[in-house]
Amino acid sequence: MSTQTSPLTSIRRTLSSVDMRAVAPFIALIVLIIAGAMVNPRFVGLDNLANVATRCAFIATIAVGATFVISSGDLDLSVGSMVAFVASVMILFMNTQVFASPLMMVLTAVLLAMALGALCGLFNGVLTTKGQLEPFIVTLGTMGIFRGLTTWLSQGGAITLQAQEQQALYREVYFGRFFGVPWPILITLAVALLGSLLMYRTRFGRHVVAVGSNREVARHSGINVSRVRLYAFMIQGLTVAVAVILYVPRLGSTSSTTGTMWELQAITAVVIGGTALKGGSGRVWGSIAGAFILELVGNIMLLSNFISEYLLLAIQGTIIILAMLVQRSLTRRA
Amino acid sequence: MSAIGDQGPVPILAARGVSKSFGEVPVLFSVDLEILPGEVHALMGENGAGKSTLVKILSGFEQPTAGQILLDGNAVNLPGNGHSERLGIALIHQELNLAEHLTVTESLFLGREITKFGFLDRPAMRKVARDALDELGTDIHVDALISDLSLADKQMVEIAKAISRNARVVFMDEPTAVLSEGETDRLFAQVRRLRAEGTSFVFVSHKLGEVMALSDRVTVLRDGQWIKTDLTRNLTADRIAQLMVGRELSDLYPVKHEPDVDAEEVLTVENLSTGFVKDASFTLQRGEILGFSGLIGSGRTELMEAIAGLRKYHSGSVTVNGTPLPSANMAATREAGVAYMTKDRKGRGLLVGERIRPNLTLQTLDLHERWGMISGTSEAKALKRANRRFDIRVRDPRVMVSQMSGGNQQKLLLAKIMELAPGILIVDEPTRGIDVGTKQQIYQFLSVLAREGHAVIVVSSEMPEIIGLSTRVAVMREGRIMGMLTGDGIQENNIMRLASGLRVAA
Repeated sequence: MSTQTSPLTSIRRTLSSVDMRAVAPFIALIVLIIAGAMVNPRFVGLDNLANVATRCAFIATIAVGATFVISSGDLDLSVGSMVAFVASVMILFMNTQVFASPLMMVLTAVLLAMALGALCGLFNGVLTTKGQLEPFIVTLGTMGIFRGLTTWLSQGGAITLQAQEQQALYREVYFGRFFGVPWPILITLAVALLGSLLMYRTRFGRHVVAVGSNREVARHSGINVSRVRLYAFMIQGLTVAVAVILYVPRLGSTSSTTGTMWELQAITAVVIGGTALKGGSGRVWGSIAGAFILELVGNIMLLSNFISEYLLLAIQGTIIILAMLVQRSLTRRA
Repeated sequence: MSAIGDQGPVPILAARGVSKSFGEVPVLFSVDLEILPGEVHALMGENGAGKSTLVKILSGFEQPTAGQILLDGNAVNLPGNGHSERLGIALIHQELNLAEHLTVTESLFLGREITKFGFLDRPAMRKVARDALDELGTDIHVDALISDLSLADKQMVEIAKAISRNARVVFMDEPTAVLSEGETDRLFAQVRRLRAEGTSFVFVSHKLGEVMALSDRVTVLRDGQWIKTDLTRNLTADRIAQLMVGRELSDLYPVKHEPDVDAEEVLTVENLSTGFVKDASFTLQRGEILGFSGLIGSGRTELMEAIAGLRKYHSGSVTVNGTPLPSANMAATREAGVAYMTKDRKGRGLLVGERIRPNLTLQTLDLHERWGMISGTSEAKALKRANRRFDIRVRDPRVMVSQMSGGNQQKLLLAKIMELAPGILIVDEPTRGIDVGTKQQIYQFLSVLAREGHAVIVVSSEMPEIIGLSTRVAVMREGRIMGMLTGDGIQENNIMRLASGLRVAA
């Protein structure tokens, strides 16, 4: 950023030489941390920030997947319900205790969650590509389906992990630390790293962006457009599964309200992160920053006394609209 | 210099010392331009010379960095976003600017609908629209959807729109690029009629013949500088081309090389039929440039897309070097060494919101992979190679494709296709809307390619291009190949007769 003292033209010149859409989310993040520090000194403590990062792990992980779907020009509204559904099936499976060894149980459950997540994504993807339906309609439908299945599985109540040994073993995944860093943070970073490698360094990533920016150009370039879109939905499903794997050990329980409005948060995180909602640009690390920003806002509201934390959802809704406005104005300048 | 001296009529619109920079990149340097009442003023220059920018400034879509705009002799700040229409200044964009979902009438009255008691007065609007279209001598239906119209008809609607808004100056950026000859003639007749009534036109075109036929005065820009303004009758087409390029243009078309008599057949198409194309059969030899001529909509593109694996064919066969190609399988086409360059460089060829490099390698990323990861150095090498080979001129390699000139975009598209290293290259309208200098480069390239033993198919609606390049010409009409012309038979009137159905197969 330029200093305040330099003339306006030179600021503009500096700004136009960097891609504002890529940097904006990180600037917002820094501004927010400074604001938080002014509200409450406890806020900038390493413990508090690590806490916030841990809690945003679910949304951040899902947002990495959503970055692929949105970059390819689609949208997945079903992720929140998908979390509830996959988590419920996972816990029900763990409760069967088909294997004697708790470790074996947990590992199989993790694999099961991944497979189920990928399958849910495949379902969304097949309906949008082979069925040639609007992704908005498809995932609005599956949002209802996954939610309904969860309510039915739990019979309107809660599904709780009963096996004590499994719980003891598994809770480390959320509450444990590795060299002092909570596992959820490490896993989120790993997912983001894999995601960014996939997005920026592989053929598939380039194809995702091409498909999202102009399907006809992609088709004329020999890209199998349907397959790329389908894989993006499956990646979304896999990241939902990772979020579930982190989520289950936290409470060891799900209900019909698990993951409600997470789709809003995930999409908000992606948009804050600088990914264009109409497709054609993917910013994996931006989405991580976006998820962190959302959680920080909640945290600041909690630590301050002047905004009621009951307004959280309203604030998050406001943020997505603001993010879109900023994106729009930055695009126009370019 | 000019026959019109200082005592002449007051220009309707004038640019005085107008300069423009985008960021730090200057694109216009203190340019002067005067538009007199009732004249057709041609604005000429190579791609990137600054014509489009000057037109945008004079119509208010861009603001000059320095200099003045004079309207009727008074300095003005033109309002942006098309509001200059109220001042009588209309711009017909190169990419037509119509909402596809509206009807013709709705488009004409967009933003100034006629109302009665606050409700739309549709009958009144229809009537005015009909009159405007009748005046242009076109029978487009006033309730037709824009999306159902041909490009030529869309252009007519744009012109009707400008005229119905009492435009005094109409800017047309390459109005004939998408028009057939008949449509062009009709458009020009209207321009002449309106000129007689006092409307001024500023006309950007790369077609020298049209400029000579239609314009009263010509202004030439080169590299953002004003070079010359003169009466058209004082100039010749060659002279204008020279002024644009700044050097002598040797013959536009390279010397033709007939393929060897016994050169092998690399492509055989037999009785190919798609939805529209019927029973197309032809062969292509190594070292040959085969032209495909015909009117717009005669099925040439559909045929080529079927050969290139972009479109299904339901009967017939495509054989490359003795191996039959499956229908609609681009991977197999690529394997066989067939590549097709689309005529729609912005809609189908290039990702205009991306930079040069990802566009260049999009179709051939597998060649740049190491252990599943794309190697940036390998891509950079390809970019360097392509820049050298195709002379893509950009001030900054990080520039977005949308900000490149048409000629550079076309060269990039050709470079992208050539990354496939095809043995058989099919190019569709390879020089649409680009300047003479770049055209010449592309012709040279195709000619060298053929001489090196590749086989080339050129699909073009520009007759001189087909005649100047091809050693054989196939002419299509309504989905069928009407005839094949060779040697001295490759002449404009022969092509026209086949294309319009006056003569059946030779």
